[in-house]
Amino acid sequence: MSADPAGLSRDEVAHLARLARLAVTDAELDVFAGQLDVILGSVARVGEVAADDIPPTSHAVPLQNVFRPDELRPGLTQQQALAGAPAAEDGRFRVPQILGEEA
Amino acid sequence: MNELTRLNASELAGKIHSREVSAVEVAQAHLDRIAEVDGTVHAFLHVAAEAALESAGLVDASIAAGSAPASPLAGVPLALKDVFTTSDMPTTAGSRILEGWRPPYDATVATRLREAGITILGKTNMDEFAMGSSTEHSAYGVTRNPWDTGRVPGGSGGGSAAALAAFEAPLAIGTDTGGSIRQPAAFTGTVGVKPTYGGVSRYGLIACASSLDQGGPCARTVLDAALLHEVIGGHDPLDSTSIDQPVPSVVDATRIGAAGDLSGVRVGVVRELGGEGYQPGVRASFDEALAQLEKLGAELVEVSCPHFEYGLAAYYLILPSEVSSNLARFDAMRYGLRVEKGASAEEVMAATREAGFGPEVKRRIILGTYALSSGYYDAYYGQAQKVRTLISRDFTAAFAQADVLVSPTTPTTAFPIGDKVDDPLAMYLNDLATIPTNLAGTAAMSVPSGLAEGLPVGLQVMAPALGEAIMYRVGAAYEAARDDEAGSPLINGVPEVTR
Repeated sequence: MSADPAGLSRDEVAHLARLARLAVTDAELDVFAGQLDVILGSVARVGEVAADDIPPTSHAVPLQNVFRPDELRPGLTQQQALAGAPAAEDGRFRVPQILGEEA
Repeated sequence: MNELTRLNASELAGKIHSREVSAVEVAQAHLDRIAEVDGTVHAFLHVAAEAALESAGLVDASIAAGSAPASPLAGVPLALKDVFTTSDMPTTAGSRILEGWRPPYDATVATRLREAGITILGKTNMDEFAMGSSTEHSAYGVTRNPWDTGRVPGGSGGGSAAALAAFEAPLAIGTDTGGSIRQPAAFTGTVGVKPTYGGVSRYGLIACASSLDQGGPCARTVLDAALLHEVIGGHDPLDSTSIDQPVPSVVDATRIGAAGDLSGVRVGVVRELGGEGYQPGVRASFDEALAQLEKLGAELVEVSCPHFEYGLAAYYLILPSEVSSNLARFDAMRYGLRVEKGASAEEVMAATREAGFGPEVKRRIILGTYALSSGYYDAYYGQAQKVRTLISRDFTAAFAQADVLVSPTTPTTAFPIGDKVDDPLAMYLNDLATIPTNLAGTAAMSVPSGLAEGLPVGLQVMAPALGEAIMYRVGAAYEAARDDEAGSPLINGVPEVTR
């Protein structure tokens, strides 16, 4: 399988930035599009390796679920949990509106 | 400069534990040194003078009361990379988005340092969220290499490595995702160890790429790194990827190695690391190191790892993919920066991330978002994971022929500040020789191997997973032989920092 050699356009970078919740500026888009295109062209080399029958590795060390006894243990207090919050109210995180009026 | 700051951690520990000097005097000497040179070096983002002196005072009181030291390093000062959470100091990971953040809990590494009586002097500068190879991607300014203050100290742990080389601290902690401990060690003439994945707890280590990140010890000697390794290593129930096995006996292995006999040890020279693209001076230093290892009795074997050449490409797909996911937590809602721009959470989030992240972080988030998107996933992320398997297999085959593998740690010596900051791909090439170890989850270290055009070069020693003992043994044997032949440790040649 080979990667798309067409590379990344400025519009695609803008779209990806939106997906990643990054309000990038026009100037950044100009720079990033070129840089990312070069990087992508280089990393696409992974496609040169014939690896159809090779299993993927997500973690170098085999992972298995770890259980522990279901016991009460001290955790953060409400005050500690909220200490770094940009805004808090009534013991809760205060956040901007999440859903639109029509939602 | 107070002579105490020239001493190694093991020497300082000996003097403190025998009450020849107090831990407070040692801490104060290092704080004075920081005050003297850090205006130039900028290794530290935060200096915790009061807490450091208080912690050292407790060690002195305990020793005066006749108690055994809490650890072989009790009372010795240390510089902690600002990517580990500390409840009594700000933690920024080099990012504007965490400016002024005071974490509600300590990382396990911080807890273990405190329990061992180690004096934490402060938090060190780094590339933002550990993404970079020069520390130029810190939101808080560059760190300068004490060997040449016009050059970078490497990265992402440039602050920790520079603190050692500038004699601001005899011990430091780094994290290594693709070389961030080893490359700065090579650039500053210090020792840096990337333990086996899972060997040191990641609890409280702000994630860059979770399947690659590994904390580890940094020092000016292999013995000091080994002593620190045994303090921070070992199973932690708070990290589900932590290995539930005893820490390898690296201090014993180091002492055995320092005796200078490597007969019977097979050292593999990786054909694919060290040729094209490596600076001639680096190559020459490596060849001298090989001759030295042979003189120590080691048997040199050439090994081939044919898929290493795809390591960089696989890494720069896997890492950004994990980054794009891990950094989603910086959403302006629960902690960190919030830019109140726009009415909706989504607008505030986007504006905050735009203002809070630097260009390298943004590039990698966008690249990762792309690599994971439907339609491209198989070609990029999926294929990179297969390459990762092939690289692990290369290691397995190589370790069947050799006990450790060696290569130059980096293709070049420290480069001038500003040289590569606008050319991401050129920056990425720094990690060519260090990345395969992270992809395979194995262990590796960098030991000073000499100078090329006046700048330090590192020898990389790689070992199988949990093979730290043989790695430290080889590293210590080589260090002793090199220092002996050169007449003094490489670090003694570092010029005095001028303001």
